[in-house]
Amino acid sequence: MAERMGFFTDTTLCIGCKACEVACKEWNDVPDDGFVFRATSYDNTGALGADTWRHVAFIEQDSRWLMSSDVCKHCTHAACLDVCPTGALFRTEFDTVVVQSDVCNGCGYCVPACPYGVIDRRERDGRAWKCTMCYDRLRGGLEPACAKACPTKSIQFGPLEELRVRAEERVERLHAEGMTEARLYGEDPDNGVGGAGAFFLLLDEPETYGLPPDPVVTTRDLGEMWRWAGVAAFGLAGALAACFLRRS
Amino acid sequence: MAECHPVGYQWVMEARERGAKVFHIDPRFSRTSATVDRYLQIRAGTDIVLIGALINHVLTNGLDFREYVLAYTNAATIVSEEFRDTEDLDGLFSGYDPESGRYDTTSWAYEGDTGKTEEMSEGDPRHAEAAGSDSYGARGAGSTATPPTDPTLSHPRCVYQILKRHFSRYTPERVAELCGISPEQFAELAEAVTANSGRERTTAWVYSVGWTQHSVGVQYIRSAAILQLLLGNMGRPGGGIMALRGHASIQGSTDIPTLFNLLPGYIAMPHAHRHDGLDHYLDREGGDTGWWGNRRAYVVSLLKAWWGDGATEENDYRFDYLPRLTGDHGHYATVMGQIDGKVKGYFVVGENPAVGSANGKAQRLGLANLDWLVVRDLMVVETASFWKDAPEIETGELRTEDIATEVFFMPAASHVEKEGTFTNTQRLLQWREKALDPPDDCRSDLWFYYHLGKLIRQRLGGDGIDRPVMELTWDYPEEGRHRDPSAEAVLREIGGVDADGRPLASLRELKPDGSTSCGCWIYCGVYADGVNQAARRKPRGEQGPVAPEWGWAWPANRRILYNRASADPEGRPWSERKKYVYWDAEKGRWTGPDVPDFEEDKPPSYRPPEGAKAQDALAGTDPFIMQSDGKGWLYVPSGLADGPLPAHYEPQESPIRNTLYGRQSNPARRTIDRPENPYNPPLSSRFPYVFTTSRLTEHHTAGGMSRPLPYLAELQPALFCEVSPELAAEVGLENGGWATVVTERTAIEMRVLVTGRVRPLRLGGTTVHQIVMPYHWGYGGGGLVTGDVVNDLSPIVLDPNVYIQESKAGTCDILPGRRPRGQALLALIERYRHG
Repeated sequence: MAERMGFFTDTTLCIGCKACEVACKEWNDVPDDGFVFRATSYDNTGALGADTWRHVAFIEQDSRWLMSSDVCKHCTHAACLDVCPTGALFRTEFDTVVVQSDVCNGCGYCVPACPYGVIDRRERDGRAWKCTMCYDRLRGGLEPACAKACPTKSIQFGPLEELRVRAEERVERLHAEGMTEARLYGEDPDNGVGGAGAFFLLLDEPETYGLPPDPVVTTRDLGEMWRWAGVAAFGLAGALAACFLRRS
Repeated sequence: MAECHPVGYQWVMEARERGAKVFHIDPRFSRTSATVDRYLQIRAGTDIVLIGALINHVLTNGLDFREYVLAYTNAATIVSEEFRDTEDLDGLFSGYDPESGRYDTTSWAYEGDTGKTEEMSEGDPRHAEAAGSDSYGARGAGSTATPPTDPTLSHPRCVYQILKRHFSRYTPERVAELCGISPEQFAELAEAVTANSGRERTTAWVYSVGWTQHSVGVQYIRSAAILQLLLGNMGRPGGGIMALRGHASIQGSTDIPTLFNLLPGYIAMPHAHRHDGLDHYLDREGGDTGWWGNRRAYVVSLLKAWWGDGATEENDYRFDYLPRLTGDHGHYATVMGQIDGKVKGYFVVGENPAVGSANGKAQRLGLANLDWLVVRDLMVVETASFWKDAPEIETGELRTEDIATEVFFMPAASHVEKEGTFTNTQRLLQWREKALDPPDDCRSDLWFYYHLGKLIRQRLGGDGIDRPVMELTWDYPEEGRHRDPSAEAVLREIGGVDADGRPLASLRELKPDGSTSCGCWIYCGVYADGVNQAARRKPRGEQGPVAPEWGWAWPANRRILYNRASADPEGRPWSERKKYVYWDAEKGRWTGPDVPDFEEDKPPSYRPPEGAKAQDALAGTDPFIMQSDGKGWLYVPSGLADGPLPAHYEPQESPIRNTLYGRQSNPARRTIDRPENPYNPPLSSRFPYVFTTSRLTEHHTAGGMSRPLPYLAELQPALFCEVSPELAAEVGLENGGWATVVTERTAIEMRVLVTGRVRPLRLGGTTVHQIVMPYHWGYGGGGLVTGDVVNDLSPIVLDPNVYIQESKAGTCDILPGRRPRGQALLALIERYRHG
């Protein structure tokens, strides 16, 4: 397997131009998402979904305007992949998580499985869609369309290990410059998803950006749940058997 | 800049990462404001107060770069005794004629020049009808390159002292009172700008149409020029005043102009009543000293490029074939001519005036009164479809069946479907290859005009009046299925050739005797060595930071203009840190990483002999080589229509009284007083709010290139206004709801975005609310999203130098809810007009 590739989205460099959203749709042929004026700052996209694989959030605060481009996290422990019954979702040689639209049967199990609410079913064709980290471009030796289009290097693409080191250095520098609120989100291999393949540098709590503060892979407790279910079933069977035994 | 130039803005972000401090001064808190060190909210239309106060701060505290100022600017030059400043005349300069609303500018001249400049264009009332060309910056024939000076800067009539008096009333208190910027904020800005200027450091100013689209637009830029010259920030790396342009290659379309008053290379268009022949024209259009002193070579080479072998010395090189001005033929004069039935036909190419120009209704009334209209665009824009879907159809002011205009829509090729150059803001020409053929009937503009020219020539006869067109050199090689003229052949013609047809290397080779031809003298050399220099793409990693082998910059591939000023008078770098172009005494040459903007072998010690002409009249210490005295002009003795110095005047429409002078608005501004163009009265309680227009990253200008694209239209699907929570509460506006904005012109509706980014301005005891509206929407244009036209609100009132409209500051009222429909809309406006 090739090196694990990922995104480091440094929101301190984001200028909110949405080139990532447009480049993503252009390259991946994602349809438009409707023409709705949302009156939520400059965000008329709303959220990630089947037809939005990059989403720039605009958060207006007292004297600052935060902008951040969200994307699928390509989790180390990816619940969407765990629950997919058809094998449409698979882990690539770049350690990213991709849906094969020609295999997906639209069962939708992956949708509630995602702790970030990223993967989504498209009403028109029933299938599940999300960011592929431009798997086809990666195979061709290119960087993903969003990172390519980003004019300010807010979206950085590269080997995940390298990105983590770079991100740590960046946070240290920002702290030294007095931006003590700078923090990384999702980079920790010990977090609830085993570390995200796409992580972020934020200037506020994750909730401010619409990100869950402490996401956990929804299949984490499956084994435990099966064990308890087994115990319960055994107990039930025992009780039933006892009933029959007593009768006889 | 982040909003309109996100790709270029990456360099600002990079500069910040490397320690640059960035201020953003704007009425609107935009994506730029969000990503800089400090944002200063300013009332629209008051920037001269702010820059004037910075100038005053520099002068009062002696913070100017004195050695630079003394050697390279006209600070020491003594001005005519006849000159009176706004200080003396309460907001007027000397020479004002209240009858015509125009200045006789002769009294603004340097001492000893007044008699001579009377001969000059600006003193001529007929000329004052047509905006001036750049050659007027050269003062004029007979003016000397060495006017009287006082190097001690103490003479009461030297420029430095005039400046000191003029700007003394521009104080931090006035900034607070008029701009809404607090003394503390001002102090931080002033400290940052001055601390970051001098030998070791330079500061750059970057502006866009927020500075130009005012009735004092040119003077905004002048105020920045004064500040930058005082601080020594011109002609040096990291300095300058950068004009960000509104579209790709707008710089190119002023160099090879689509402007009525200029010929290629900023040469003046001749005037029907002022110029009898080539000699007479050249005598009156510019000075004999400085590089404009070579204008005969530039003009003759241009005429040779256009009329070839037929242009000879005997026939004045066909100077009489050039079109002539008879007055103002600018955009807005043309539209009024349409309404009056005097202008019968109209070419609209890659523009959408029905949406993009001020007073949209006047634009459309003009379109509806034409015989024929040709629109070339990618989409059927509103200018082409007005006859069926203009707002005036709904109100009954126009009826489709009454409109006789015959509209020809010609589909255009996009930038990837044709080859040619873009010239960007730093004068850099970059060649584009054609990626694919245009579909169907779409063709490039080059194809269109070339074949249109051929068709016209087929239909013309041998009459004298037809000869200028019949004899034009119109013989380009044709390529491909559609017989496209070769764009490289056109560039070669622009770049210039000698008598044997060999491409010229530099504009210094241009001759006044007809032995060279050149389509645009400042572009001379773009085809040097027979190579398309604009197509060079050596990566920056393979050359130095100046990257001279990426594209080609006019003139002569210079990347920083006036770079002689990057060295001290003796030719030594001002500092090691800011070393750029300097004198190598050993080799006897100017050298550095850029092409010196100076004669390469003219030593710093050179002093001109008596009677010298052109560049020979400038000393080895005169870096501003286009000026007749080689100096950077703190004070402009000729060339401007509204004053030798910037003065703050309120916009035509303002809720605030001008407390600096007894003059409310620019006395020389051009108004169009007609029923189609009513103005909101100044200080009117009916129109208490300030509005300004803006752009969004997601859209392009009038929307013709972005509203039809789903991926862009979905990102900003509706016209909206940005208002403060305070204004929303005052008027009853709801976030996400509808609002109607009213002016004397019309009322339009839009969605509401209530945001804390917009703050009410406290000016002394008054609170002023500003309303910000992006102007990208229109009623059609193939848009997936449509909306009312913001420019329908803007009045036509013009800067007197360049005739740009004041669309960045007006007044309005705002009401909750949607606007009335049909006749009821007209009734609403009537009620407002009559209070």
